[in-house]
Amino acid sequence: MSILDLRGRAGRRPWRATTPITPQRARGRRGTELALLAFAVLLPVCAYANVGFAMDRKVPAGMLEYGLGMGALALVAHLVMRRFAPYADPLLLPLATLLNGLGLVMIWRLDKAGPLLRGNFPAAANQLMWSGLGIALFIGVVVLLKDHRILQRYTYISMAVALVLLAAPAFFPARREDYGAKIWIHLGGFSFQPGEFAKIILAVFFAGYLMVKRDALALASHRLLGIYLPRGRDLGPIVVVWLLSILILVFETDLGTSFLFFGLFVVMLYVATERTSWIVFGLLMSVGGAAVVARSEQHVRIRIDAWLHPMAAFGPKAPPGSTEQIGQTLMAFGSGGVTGAGLGQGRSWLIQFAAKSDFILGSFGEELGLAGMMALFLLYGLIVQRGLRTAVAARDPFGKLLAVGLSSAFALQVFVVAGGVTGLIPLTGMTMPFLAQGGSSVVANWALIAILIKISDSARRPAAPAPHPAPTPEPTRAADA
Amino acid sequence: MNKPIRRVSIFCLVLILALMVRTNWVQGVEANTYALNSHNDRNKFDRYAYPRGNIIVSGNPVTKSDFVNGYRFKYKQGWTDGPMYAPVTGYSSQSFGSTQLESIEDGILSGTDSRLFFRNTLDMLTGKQKQGGDVVTTIDAKAQKAAFDGLGDKKGAAVAIDPRTGAILALVSTPSYDPSTIAGQSDADSKAWTTLNADKNAPMLNRALSQTYPPGSTFKLVTAAAAFENGKYQSPDDATDTPQTYILPGTNTPLNNDSPDEQCANATLKYALAISCNTVYGKIGADLGKDKMRAEAEKFGFNNPKLTIPISVAKSTFPLNSSPDGTAQDSIGQHNTQATPLQMAMVAAAIANNGSEMEPYLVDEERAANLTTISKHSPHQLSQPVSPATAQKLQQMMESVVQDGTGKKAQIDGVTVGGKTGTAQHGQDNSGLPFAWFVSYAKVGNSSPVAVAVVVEDGAAQSNEISGGGIAAPIAKSIMEAVLNK
Repeated sequence: MSILDLRGRAGRRPWRATTPITPQRARGRRGTELALLAFAVLLPVCAYANVGFAMDRKVPAGMLEYGLGMGALALVAHLVMRRFAPYADPLLLPLATLLNGLGLVMIWRLDKAGPLLRGNFPAAANQLMWSGLGIALFIGVVVLLKDHRILQRYTYISMAVALVLLAAPAFFPARREDYGAKIWIHLGGFSFQPGEFAKIILAVFFAGYLMVKRDALALASHRLLGIYLPRGRDLGPIVVVWLLSILILVFETDLGTSFLFFGLFVVMLYVATERTSWIVFGLLMSVGGAAVVARSEQHVRIRIDAWLHPMAAFGPKAPPGSTEQIGQTLMAFGSGGVTGAGLGQGRSWLIQFAAKSDFILGSFGEELGLAGMMALFLLYGLIVQRGLRTAVAARDPFGKLLAVGLSSAFALQVFVVAGGVTGLIPLTGMTMPFLAQGGSSVVANWALIAILIKISDSARRPAAPAPHPAPTPEPTRAADA
Repeated sequence: MNKPIRRVSIFCLVLILALMVRTNWVQGVEANTYALNSHNDRNKFDRYAYPRGNIIVSGNPVTKSDFVNGYRFKYKQGWTDGPMYAPVTGYSSQSFGSTQLESIEDGILSGTDSRLFFRNTLDMLTGKQKQGGDVVTTIDAKAQKAAFDGLGDKKGAAVAIDPRTGAILALVSTPSYDPSTIAGQSDADSKAWTTLNADKNAPMLNRALSQTYPPGSTFKLVTAAAAFENGKYQSPDDATDTPQTYILPGTNTPLNNDSPDEQCANATLKYALAISCNTVYGKIGADLGKDKMRAEAEKFGFNNPKLTIPISVAKSTFPLNSSPDGTAQDSIGQHNTQATPLQMAMVAAAIANNGSEMEPYLVDEERAANLTTISKHSPHQLSQPVSPATAQKLQQMMESVVQDGTGKKAQIDGVTVGGKTGTAQHGQDNSGLPFAWFVSYAKVGNSSPVAVAVVVEDGAAQSNEISGGGIAAPIAKSIMEAVLNK
């Protein structure tokens, strides 16, 4: 009995002990990053060549320029990090670079499908430009954001901006090609997906807000079935966010965005208060909300039917409003099988609408197979885990909350998109971070990575030589001043 | 805050894991249901992504794979002498699927057959272009042409078999169609497809295999076989116990002969076959009864729904149940008896091959693109419907039909030919123009290299001209001559 006891304790102890990264062992790891980065640039260049050989039997024109361009951008980002974030996590930049590069190759490959893809127009050059802008923003954040805690000052401005961003698409007319989901703002020839930025700004707001309110929210009133219930008056914030999510769902007809923001809030609330009861509440509220909306909203029902019967959209008996996309994507996955058709050798253009954006995973699944998909999921999983690792290591609660928020928003988005495309859950109108065509998405996600890198830099930075009031469990607002 | 962060971390891991499990399910476990789904157009494109193999007749391909280099389809299937070979090849269309050998042998022709797996893998590793294998048919190009030209504008079908092996030498159905007109996906192809399907003459119907007709008097061969096999008569020269006017049993209706002048009362079996007496053979059938008649018919292959050559063949029927008067009519190939042209050719072939009915087959050999054999047909017996002794009696009788009776137009100089004419009534109260039948075989020495069945539907012919001897026999003759190199 006592041995068991001891073992249990011994097993638990290191968990607590590692909470703050021990400063004396912290190293920059910039060399590791550079090596990984070289690989992350080289791999898409090889993929690029692969597509060229498969489709035209020659090295594609512009491969060198593309490789040099991506390489130069990545190198600049790396050098900036050496100067401005020397202790940051070495995996995040290479991971983002690799995913972005693979996405560019796939978009270029689908450009080459020509008229097979309805309404096809070359998008790779544009996407490359957006990626460049994204990396520029990344560099800007790394250079200009001296300390992530500065963001805490903008808690309530963030709230206002996030609300505007979230509400804006409802006031802009949706275009036909948006297929009902109002998540775009169209201004002239320029389209903008505010939800991608709102995800970051909301995380900032929630982090700032919860850091202040966490103690109050953690207070319990009753205990029921082993769960401490929050006080009735503390239910306010979660109800407000819940209502906002429902409003997004109803007015912007977007299941994914709605789910993402509510999920983000529940996760951050749970982390801030350490109360499991919030998760229970969150689950109950989302199930309740989803049930009500699914019953009243036509488009949600259509999405759910399309999820349950993806193949019903084919043939003469297709229900009205159904699209073949999900079925086509599943067939792309099936035809890809375990090893895939090979880059440039699949026929994922059969997915047609949104083959380069929302459904780009279908193209990866067909051409790289199950093996390639597993690799992609691992890359995403690594980004999420590095982000959460940063949250564990962060020394201030705001940084912790922000890192958790950004990482879990990223994870939720990957899950919602990939789950929708593979038929695990009903499809929603969001795009795969870094892979999919879309300027807002790639720029916003580079910004997200930049903030994580800043948090991780400060978390892993060795303690100042002067005795620092080491791990502050409960920093006060004064600490930020 | 780290405890909940770790839990969130695990939660995120579970999300990613769920995606991985789901993807394994879609791309691993369920992959084939999606890959082979009928809505998955990839399979259609794959079929035409590289040269398809050929269907070979008498050493020459009758199909071709045209490199069209379209965005979706790289190749398009083409046919030489399309209408003539359509009942054999069928079509393989980018828009409308495939039929006949193009469909049944698709695994070989498109190179996806599992038996080609090793070779395909080798080709993939050595970077050789994938190519489909060939299907070598048993068709004799000259016999096919003779049959096709012989039928000409008439509506009908002709089948020739090598009785010794069962190899199908000719397989023709008219009116026919050119598969090349519907092979692509252009508007012209769609229009041709619509026109073909709307045509009331059903040019895409394979009359030789898929259509059944009342066999008429050609069925008397089966009735005669039943008479010998059941010991009712011993010799073709035995006089039969037939009244001048035969009243169908249990009724007041007489069974008529073609002409009241025919000397059918108590005629011998041989003579009755030569001038095709309905009364003699109707009475034999009624006397033997429905079960003995059906047993003999089934030995020849009637009532078998599963025959494939490997194209599946429609079931020829001899009714399970009939009143005695019905059986009398069934036994002269009217009433509820139905046969495909192939079935009647098999009857003639079995008699010519001394009672041994060989399994009919259309594909002699399947081979890979590099000409190595993947499978080769070895002939084998399907059944023994009559004893050799009975077969020889039937041969005597059939030869006298051609020598002295209704089948004189099938005579070939210096060759022993046996045959049987048929003129089958059909339609409401037999009001339709009759079907003209002729089944025959030719003998060289002691063995017979060819047996033929020809059926000509109404159409252009005049009513009084319709008789197996007048219209169908000359076609059968030219097919047999083509096989015999005359």
